[in-house]
Amino acid sequence: MKYIDEYRDADLAARFSKALKRITTRPWTLMEVCGGQTHAIIKFGLDQMLPEGVRLVHGPGCPVCVTPLEMIEKALEIAARPEVIFCSFGDMLRVPGAERDLLRVKAAGGDVRIVYSPLDAVTLAVKTPDRQVVFFAVGFETTAPANALAVHQARRMGLTNFSMLVSHVLVPPAIEAILNSPGCRVNGFLAAGHVCTVMGVEEYYPLAQRYRVPIVVTGFEPLDILQGVLMCVKQLEEGRAEVENQYSRSVRSEGNRAAQHLIQRVFQVVPRRWRGIGQIPASGLGLRPEYAEFDAERRFGVADCVMEEPSECMSGLVLQGLIKPTECPAFGMRCTPDHPLGATMVSSEGACAAYYRYRGRCAERQA
Amino acid sequence: MCLAIPGKVISMNDATDFTRHGKVDFGGVVRQVNLSLVPEAQIGDYVIVHVGLALSVMDEAEAMQVFNYLKEIDALQELQEADSEVHR
Ligand code: SF4
Repeated sequence: MKYIDEYRDADLAARFSKALKRITTRPWTLMEVCGGQTHAIIKFGLDQMLPEGVRLVHGPGCPVCVTPLEMIEKALEIAARPEVIFCSFGDMLRVPGAERDLLRVKAAGGDVRIVYSPLDAVTLAVKTPDRQVVFFAVGFETTAPANALAVHQARRMGLTNFSMLVSHVLVPPAIEAILNSPGCRVNGFLAAGHVCTVMGVEEYYPLAQRYRVPIVVTGFEPLDILQGVLMCVKQLEEGRAEVENQYSRSVRSEGNRAAQHLIQRVFQVVPRRWRGIGQIPASGLGLRPEYAEFDAERRFGVADCVMEEPSECMSGLVLQGLIKPTECPAFGMRCTPDHPLGATMVSSEGACAAYYRYRGRCAERQA
Repeated sequence: MCLAIPGKVISMNDATDFTRHGKVDFGGVVRQVNLSLVPEAQIGDYVIVHVGLALSVMDEAEAMQVFNYLKEIDALQELQEADSEVHR
């Protein structure tokens, strides 16, 4: 497929790998922020093409993985109601809550449906006026325009049977939280290309400057990631800490202004809890008061549910790049994709699931 | 779930508001996609699509960037090697 296959060429990948080996003189630790990149790195074995000492640690960029437990519980409670059609992206269905997941609610008779787009949930609400359609709006900046558009359309059509359970998260505050954490070993970042397709690169300048870290906006195919690593290591070797754009075929430096306006119209920045990490100030999006009528938490009275995480899962450390999935004692033993203890084992973009799927339960332990 | 993939616009309606949409071909799989956030997109363009919404138009010229970068880096290497030959 155009714009995909040509970026998977093995010979070119080997040339990037060689170039990288040529310029690297010291060990460096880079973090890829986005779960889509984590998936590609493990799937294509890109981490094994890097020079000795250049390590990739996996960041918190999988919205499924960072959706807080209390939000999952709210989803479960709403989804179990008889009047509700609960719509979600497929990956959320198996995320474990305290005792059950959405699939169990569905098996018990809840009307839980997988949709491809929030816009499909709006269409469903139009078609089923006697049911309450609720969309589980998780995601990073990439998904925010579609979710904002869904709310905007529901308003325009005067729908009273559509609402959203919003658990949106933002990337730059997460990067800042990781940089501020005392155990942080990250020398440079690969920022998520699709987040920047929407938001542009401007938010990253102050971060690169303040923390003296290179940030390279990077795409998702093997050659993209290898070039992103190369650009980042080059900066580190030359003592630079700049924002660079590897993924320029999709990312303009100002981003997509129309998308940003739409987001701002419907959402506002709010504090958000991240599963496994905790509260990060100004790190999420919630509905603006003008759109409060579409807020599922309000409509179904589930707003004040607070929960603590179970202690066995170490996904918080995985999500901050402090340990690799295989360093978790439960990995591949008590925790597998069929019986996940944490969300990072559920989504194909979660680091634990990616390691399990492509490396097997034992391979990496021995490595 | 943050997956966004490139596809080719094969048709579109003539709306100019949030209902602007069209058919996009993802290597043989054709889907309806909302095109309201990429007003510049024309039939034949490749757009990046995430959960049913196009987020950007692929830039043909910039798409070569990865390969050009590799050429530059390799050329630099040859230059350095040639240099060291001369100064040996
Ligand atoms: S392997 Fe399972 S228990 Fe361990 S961190 Fe990953 S999701 Fe949590």
